[in-house]
Amino acid sequence: MNILVCICHVPDTTTKIKFTGTELDKNGVQFIIGPYDDYALARAVELKDASGGKLTVLNVGEADTEPTIRKALAIGADDAVRINAHPKDAYFVAEQIAAYAKDKNFDMILMGREASDYNGGQVHGMVAEMLDMPCIVPCMTLEVEGNIAKMGREIEGGKEYVECEMPFVAGCQEPIAEWKIPNMRGIMMARKKPLEVIEPTTESAPTEIVNFELPPSRGNVKMIDADNMDELVRLLKEEAKVL
Amino acid sequence: MSVLVYIEADNNAVKKSSLEALTYAAKMNAGDVTALVTDKAENLEELGKYGVKTVLQVSDDKLSTRPVSAIASAIASAASKAGANVVVMSRSSTVDAAAPRVGVKMKATVASNVVALPQTDNGFVVRRGVFTGKAFADTKLEGENKVLTIAKNALAIDDSVGGSATVEAFSPEYGAKDFAVKVTDVKKQEGDILLPEADLVVSAGRGLKGPENWGMIENLANELHAATACSKPVSDMDWRPHHEHVGQTGIKVAPSLYIAVGISGAIQHLAGVNSSKTIVVINKDSEAPFFKSADYGVVGDAFDVVPKLTEALKKAGI
Repeated sequence: MNILVCICHVPDTTTKIKFTGTELDKNGVQFIIGPYDDYALARAVELKDASGGKLTVLNVGEADTEPTIRKALAIGADDAVRINAHPKDAYFVAEQIAAYAKDKNFDMILMGREASDYNGGQVHGMVAEMLDMPCIVPCMTLEVEGNIAKMGREIEGGKEYVECEMPFVAGCQEPIAEWKIPNMRGIMMARKKPLEVIEPTTESAPTEIVNFELPPSRGNVKMIDADNMDELVRLLKEEAKVL
Repeated sequence: MSVLVYIEADNNAVKKSSLEALTYAAKMNAGDVTALVTDKAENLEELGKYGVKTVLQVSDDKLSTRPVSAIASAIASAASKAGANVVVMSRSSTVDAAAPRVGVKMKATVASNVVALPQTDNGFVVRRGVFTGKAFADTKLEGENKVLTIAKNALAIDDSVGGSATVEAFSPEYGAKDFAVKVTDVKKQEGDILLPEADLVVSAGRGLKGPENWGMIENLANELHAATACSKPVSDMDWRPHHEHVGQTGIKVAPSLYIAVGISGAIQHLAGVNSSKTIVVINKDSEAPFFKSADYGVVGDAFDVVPKLTEALKKAGI
């Protein structure tokens, strides 16, 4: 099986977010593999281990993302590709992935259901449309039988089980697999695995962030005595007007 | 210029979130609003109240499970028929999956999780929720065509816009592979209040000590006509099903009222609920970080406080 996993390079989810102008202030920020991409990678490693084949990891990013890519190699990818560009927006990233993948005969292209920074949730669908493939999102279970992929996805109030022929694209989330932590052997091996750097095919980015703003604080919490739930009900009704 | 709004219906009734999308379209003042409905729905003429001029209704059993690729084709096809260069839809499992495909089909710029009406004095700028609710990004969209997915509760429904809509049957053009994904089974949760749609949510965490104690949470939720939810550790331990897990890696909710019982408020949990209008936190630990993100807080034992709150709601006739 020939699998492509696309990963993004995002701030750790516990990071306190600050901005300088229209850019994220990267000072003191720890970067990680996108948490949803990590689920996709973990499932891809399991599938490859079970059936053989090759697992390539791809990131659209500048040189500072290489430690994140090496971590993916340490977790179990065989080789890596970095498309040497600032990931300007979802369309730009999707175009790079589609251009790279179109003649490589991947059986599946996996990634997270969204990046945990810009939360666009668009790249998987755009790649699928550009390559005329099915796309399943959010993909929570993934099994392969012959040429058929069987998946479970979350829908409003439940789950939907689907199947399609390979190749396909999926935007993954838990509980598709348990995150894998690289071991020392994996870390040592990752240093020697190939990491190819290629240049982007286009410059097109149809969106531009012109301003960031932090949400207003909720203000001070109003504490209510545990023995006075009538007062809480009154406040929810008359002050918050939510009942 | 005109706008196409994709409408979803459940049990023959248009979803509240779709009415929010219609309100968004009407308030954009972009010209005629056309609605596309691919679900079974009644009284579609009434969408005129929300500013819709024409409703395009697709009656095709193949769309009953909302196959994403076919829905995307139907939306692009309807936009073409309506001469619409902006597509507006409210976020859902179908919309989130279909929007990027519609964007590529229409050569449109896509903005997801939009929380406010566009600013058009200098181009077309929409505000999006980013960094899992920790920031907003004002994003300028280039190009003639645009696809916007609207966050739930981003704006209040306004049904005073227009009169009666004309309903037309519509047959979309599908792509060759639009039905390549086959639905083999659907498992819906029991009960009639679906968490992603709920306006009121009662959620509980490890503080409940075990699944056998969820009865009082369900009683409170029943009293409020609210959906029930839980924190990640609770679903990881199988105390509650995964589809009730709210948080960064679970469902993100934005109800009018979110009541958190016995949940400390880890940043990953807050990421799933911080768009709620009002947050009530009940926790016996007065140092629980969740109190810093709450509007109302109660320090007390859940086993004591929750039944008292249920009784107070009963007494107040809520």
